Amino acid sequence: MNARDRILGNVRSSLKRGEPDAAARAAYDARFDTHKRNTVPAHAKLPHADLVARFIVEAKAVGASVTQLADAGAIADEVAAYLREKNLPARIRVAPSLSGLHWGDPALLDVEHGKAEPSDTATLTRALAGVAETGTLVLTSGPATPTTLNFLPDANLVVLTEDEIVGAYEDAWDRVRGLGATPRAVNFVTGPSRTADIAQELILGAHGPIDLHIILLAKG
Amino acid sequence: MKSTAHGFKENARNALQDTQLRDALSVVGTNFIVKRRLAADALPEFETLRDEATAIKNRTLNELDLHLERFERKVVEHGGVVHWCIDAAAARETVLSICRSVNAKTVTKGKSMLGEEIGINPFLEANNIRPIETDLGEYIIQLADEPPSHIIAPAVHKTKSQIADLFEKHHKRPRSMDGEALVAEARAMLRQSYFDADVGITGANFLVAETGSSVIVTNEGNGDLTQTLPKIHIVLASIEKLVPTFEDMATILRVLARSATGQQMSVYTTVSTGARRAEDPDGPEQYHVVLIDQGRSAMLGTELQDLLRCIRCGACMNHCPIYHAVGGHAYGWVYPGPIGAALDPALLGVAEAHHLPNASTFCGRCEEVCPMRIPLPKIMRHWRERAFEDDIQPVMQRTAIRWWAFLARRPFLYRANTRLAMWLLHALGKTRGRFKSLPFAGGWTAGRDLPAPQGGTFHAQWAAKGGRTK
Repeated sequence: MNARDRILGNVRSSLKRGEPDAAARAAYDARFDTHKRNTVPAHAKLPHADLVARFIVEAKAVGASVTQLADAGAIADEVAAYLREKNLPARIRVAPSLSGLHWGDPALLDVEHGKAEPSDTATLTRALAGVAETGTLVLTSGPATPTTLNFLPDANLVVLTEDEIVGAYEDAWDRVRGLGATPRAVNFVTGPSRTADIAQELILGAHGPIDLHIILLAKG
Repeated sequence: MKSTAHGFKENARNALQDTQLRDALSVVGTNFIVKRRLAADALPEFETLRDEATAIKNRTLNELDLHLERFERKVVEHGGVVHWCIDAAAARETVLSICRSVNAKTVTKGKSMLGEEIGINPFLEANNIRPIETDLGEYIIQLADEPPSHIIAPAVHKTKSQIADLFEKHHKRPRSMDGEALVAEARAMLRQSYFDADVGITGANFLVAETGSSVIVTNEGNGDLTQTLPKIHIVLASIEKLVPTFEDMATILRVLARSATGQQMSVYTTVSTGARRAEDPDGPEQYHVVLIDQGRSAMLGTELQDLLRCIRCGACMNHCPIYHAVGGHAYGWVYPGPIGAALDPALLGVAEAHHLPNASTFCGRCEEVCPMRIPLPKIMRHWRERAFEDDIQPVMQRTAIRWWAFLARRPFLYRANTRLAMWLLHALGKTRGRFKSLPFAGGWTAGRDLPAPQGGTFHAQWAAKGGRTK
């Protein structure tokens, strides 16, 4: 008997269950169509304007910075100002989903598109959603938003629009399901990287980004 | 990992005399407890969520076969592979053969308690593959050549000064005592490893049946670099990690970080589903889930099934007075603290680990804070009974328990004996009011004096007052 059959057999004999028939299996699989929720905290079920406010407060509480802009036209100036303020090199790796941004003429920064490279100090990418309950960004992998952008640089800048802010993780999962196929990676990111592994002292910037900057657009 | 759980008593004695360990552990009893309390109090639904999380996991375990089958089917649909492994040896061989398929020289690793359980690092080393731990705590103890002493803070037994010494020795850079500088040093040292590694190995906090996804919950981001950059991502997961849906996972996530570190949410919750898609610019080309039983299926349907709800948050050890006193290494195996005292006998055998369920004051704090409401003291009691039935304790202890049981079932004899003993101890201890040493009670009086009884027995006093307390 192979290991799979042995393990499943052991599980069934411990639980005193027989092998389920086709009807039981179909009924089981059908349950996954309902997306039934358990208790969702009240603070995740507020009117949308309050969710936006909560998202900003919670993201700042975990060490992210948040800038609110009117629309995408102001992103280039904001990025340039942010890099200057952080004393980072004037270059940025940008997610292909943001390839339509105008960077000025002559360009304010050295701009390259694509996945992150080891030498990248700052990246700019696009979130699928923001979760108000804990100030969490939801980022998905794909050709337009490579995953390495979220983890390799010292500073990760993320663009999000207000209408993408939802209350609860469950709402974010509905958005992920709305993409159709499940992406290879779904990253829930709550603040910049941190560790307390040295004598319980909280220090930001362990292996992921040291700085997380959220650029929140009033409209897309 | 090789167990020294049978040597708990000696391990604990040594730990109590280790002044650096006392220093390092002093923050555990305050830091974690206060942070958990604040996080729990800030969420009005916290207790409801604990109940729901417990119920979710109970339901999942009761039809685990269906969840496992669906999980595998979904992994395959997304271009991944599931390797079913009956035990640790099979899991080690599976990992090795995947590593050999790409002639791997180095392997980066995210933190995995299951990896410790199956002893993957020494096995890979013996086969000329270098495992590099990337979680800062795991990296520190890998440099020190020690096992983890806590399930979420593996290097919690190390002081900053000890870590500074280790880094100076291994990094050949000037010694620093600044926390930020030490973290930056580790970040710089490990950076290139992520790019050089042929294989990245992570654990899994959850496996999701809905989509065949594996999930890691971390704060540092090392797990993500570990699993995103190499050609191959291997997930080590035991079969009880299944949850049905993302809604169920959301509920458990809301109690996980709050119970563990007092965060509302850990920094990175990463859901991985299969291998890199054809159009993806990054991510691993191969995705393997090594799905390990290693004693879990035998716990289903028994009084030990409750242990399979554990989400490895560490709250039980953070709140345990025994853990605070002796630290994690004294327990002698992968899982320390109350969860170890309840789980290690199941995984190692009661003969090896019978001391651990006795390393408890039964204060009940572990059960009180366990987000998954695991009845830890009850399970420790189960193991104490098993150890007695299996004739494991020393003759002296067994004889004493037998005598006590004999007397306790005969109230008249019991009262007569306690009356006599109280009178005798009262008479002998009258002058000093306490005993510095007593025959048959050396274990007690070696560490502290025994107060001499002041009067009659409890029974006598109760009867004299007619049941009144004043």
